[in-house]
Amino acid sequence: MTTLDSSKEIKKNKSDASEHHEDFRMFGLITFLIADGMTFAGFFAAYLTYKAVNPLPDGAIYELELPIPTLNTILLLVSSATFHKAGKALLKNKNSDTQKWLIVTALLGITFLICQLFEYFNLPFGLTDNLFASTFYALTGFHGLHVTLGTLMILIISWQTRPKEGRITNQNMFPLEAVELYWHFVDGIWVILFIILYLL
Amino acid sequence: MTISIDSKDSNTKSLQPKGWLRYFSFSLDHKVIGIQYLVCGFLFYLIGGTLASAIRIELASPMSDFMPRDVYNQVLTLHGTIMIFLWIVPVVNGAFGNYLIPFYVGARDMAFPRLNAVAFWLIPPSGLMLVASYFVEGAAQAGWTAYPPLSITTPQSGQIIWIMSVLLLGGSSIFGGINFIATIIKLRRPGLKLMQLPMYCWAMLGTSLLVVLSTPVLAGTLILLSFDIVAHTGFFNPVLGGNVVVYQHLFWFYSHPAVYIMVLPAFGLVSEILPVHSRKPLFGYTTMVFSIMGIVVLGLVVWAHHMFTSGTPPWMRLFFTIATAFIAVPTGIKFFNWVATLWGGKISINSAMLFSCGFIINFVFGGITGVALAQVPFDIHVHDTYFVVAHFHYIVYGGTVFIIFSSIYHWFPKVTGKLMSEKLGILHFAITFIGFNLCFAPQHWLGLNGMPRRVAEYDPQFQFVNQISSVGALLMAISTIPFLVNIFLSIKNGKDSGDNPWNALTPEWLTSSPPPVENWEGEAPLVEEPYGYGKPISQEN
Repeated sequence: MTTLDSSKEIKKNKSDASEHHEDFRMFGLITFLIADGMTFAGFFAAYLTYKAVNPLPDGAIYELELPIPTLNTILLLVSSATFHKAGKALLKNKNSDTQKWLIVTALLGITFLICQLFEYFNLPFGLTDNLFASTFYALTGFHGLHVTLGTLMILIISWQTRPKEGRITNQNMFPLEAVELYWHFVDGIWVILFIILYLL
Repeated sequence: MTISIDSKDSNTKSLQPKGWLRYFSFSLDHKVIGIQYLVCGFLFYLIGGTLASAIRIELASPMSDFMPRDVYNQVLTLHGTIMIFLWIVPVVNGAFGNYLIPFYVGARDMAFPRLNAVAFWLIPPSGLMLVASYFVEGAAQAGWTAYPPLSITTPQSGQIIWIMSVLLLGGSSIFGGINFIATIIKLRRPGLKLMQLPMYCWAMLGTSLLVVLSTPVLAGTLILLSFDIVAHTGFFNPVLGGNVVVYQHLFWFYSHPAVYIMVLPAFGLVSEILPVHSRKPLFGYTTMVFSIMGIVVLGLVVWAHHMFTSGTPPWMRLFFTIATAFIAVPTGIKFFNWVATLWGGKISINSAMLFSCGFIINFVFGGITGVALAQVPFDIHVHDTYFVVAHFHYIVYGGTVFIIFSSIYHWFPKVTGKLMSEKLGILHFAITFIGFNLCFAPQHWLGLNGMPRRVAEYDPQFQFVNQISSVGALLMAISTIPFLVNIFLSIKNGKDSGDNPWNALTPEWLTSSPPPVENWEGEAPLVEEPYGYGKPISQEN
C-alpha cells in the first residue's frame, strides 16, 4: 500500500488532513482473518456433524496416532515465540537478529510441514477411503496450505529485513506485524484442530 | 505489476474528468470503480434477463417444446447464478457502495483503493467463465444451489467451472466487504459520529459484516463439493457414506444471509431516496439503525428454514420458525418508518420516487409471504413450488431491482451532471411494475396448487396462468428498452442538472456534479444532519 503509491495518492496526502488518520491496514487484516477463520469454522462444523450423525461403516479404518501431531503442536507454539522474538529485535533496531529469528521460525514451519507429510504417508487410510478420512485430509490439508503460505511470507520478509537495503525497518514494521498476526492465527487454528481432530 | 499500475494511473489522470477509457482501466478512483461495477453488472443482467425470457417462453406451454429438458435445467442454473452473483450482489453492494460510501464518510477514496480495484476486476473474468461453462460439454444443471447429489451425479465439467467462478466471485465479495467495514469505521472524517452517518452506511456496514462472516463458509463448502466431483471423496455423496444435509446446512449458512446481502443495501438506498423526494427527515433514524443490526444478527441464525423438508428434527424446526418470525419485527419497523417518512411530506412524483414506492409495495407483499413460508406446516405444503419462486422474486426483483432502478434515476445527475427524461422514466416504471406483478403474482396461485419449480414440463391445467405469467415476463423484457433509450439520450443531450438538482442534503450532493477526482475541492464538509429537511429555506440550502 505504501510503496506503490501513485502520484494521485501522494498528492492527496499533501493536500489533505487524512494523512493524520491512523493506520488501518491491521484492521483490514484482522477482518480478513475473521473471514478466513469462518472457513475453518465451516469445516469444523461439518466434521463435528459427521461425527455426531454418520457412524463409521463396518471395516472402515480411521485411526490417528498422537506423537507426530503433538510434536507438531510444540513446533508451531515454539515458532510463535520465535516470531515474537523477531519483532522484539526489530524494535531494538537489530535487523540481523530479526532475520535470524525469522529464519528459525521459517525452519520450524518447514519442519512442521515435513512432519505433516510424514504422518500422511504413514496413515493407514487414504483421501477417499471413508468420510472421516476425507474430512481429516481436507482439514489438515487446508491448514497445511496456510502454513505453507505463511512460511513463504516469512522467508520473504526475512529477506526484506536485511540490514541496509531492506524495506522493513524500525519505521516500517507493518509487513512484519501483519505476517506475525497471520502466523499466530494459523497456530491458534492448529490448536483447535488438534483438539477437535486428535483429542476428541 | 508496478509499471502497469503506474501507466494506467497516469492514463487515468490525463483523461480526467471526462475520458471514458478510464472505465476500462485498473483505476483506483472509487467513483470509476462504482460505475465499472454498475455497467458490468447491468450487462450480466441483460444476459440473465434473456435466459429468464427463455424460461418463460418454455413455460408458456406444458410440454418441453422450446428447449430440451436438460437445456432448460442449464438455462435455469445459469439464470439464477448470473442474477445473484453478477448482477444483484455486485451492483447493490459494489456499485452504489463504492460510489457513495466515501462521500458519506467524508473521505477521498475507499480505505484500500487497490484492493477495491482487484475486487472489481475479479468479476468480469469469473463472469465470463460462468457464461462459458454453459457451452462446455455437460454444463452445470443443478440450480444455483448446486445441491448434491444432483451436482455430483450430473455431468461435471460445467459444474466445476461453475464452482471456480462462484469461488472467485465470493472472494471479490469478501474483499469488498473488508473494504467497506474499514472505510465506514476507520475512514470517517474527524468530527463525524457514527449516529450521524446516512442510513446507507449502516446498511453497508451490516451487509459487509454478513459478507465477511458467511461468504467464507460457502467457499469452504464449494471446495468440499469440488473434492467430491474431482477426487471422488464422499463428503456429500450418500453412496460413499456422506451426508447431503451437511451441505444444505453449510450452503444456507451463506445463502440465507445472502438474501440480506442483496436486500439490506436496498433498504439503505431507499432510506436515502425517500427523504429527498418527500422533503422530510427520515423517520426513526435510531430504530432504523437498530433494526439493521437486528436483521444482521437474526439473519445469521435462520438458515435452516430452507430445510424444513430435509428431515430436520422438531427442535430445530421450532427454533428456526421462531427466529424467522422474529425477523419480521425489524423489517416491519423499517417498513413503517418509510411510510411515516412519506406521510405528510411534500412528495415529488418522479421516476426515482415511483420506483421506491413500487419497492415498498412489492417488498411488503414478499415479506408477508416470507413470514408465511417460515411456518412449518405451510412450508411443507408449498416447498419447492412456484410459491417459493414468487416469494423470492418479490424480494429480489420487486425489492432490490426496483431500488437499483430508483437509485439510477436518483444518482444519474450526480454521475453525469445531466437529468434523465422523466417521461421515459415513468413509462419504464409503469411497464416494469405491471409486468413484474403480472409475471410473479399468479405464481403464488400456481405454487399453492402444487406446480413444482425447476421443471420444464407441467400439468396442462396450469397452462393459462403460466401464459399470463409469461406475458408479464415479456413486459419486463420490453421495459428495458425505454430505460436504455433514456440512459443513452440523457447522456448525449440531457438537460444540465446543476450540482444539486434535488436540493438534497446528503454529502455527495455538496460537491460539483460530476464530482472532481478527489470528491471535494477543499475540505470535506461535515454533515451532521443528512436528513434535516423541512426547515427554513436558509438552512436547507
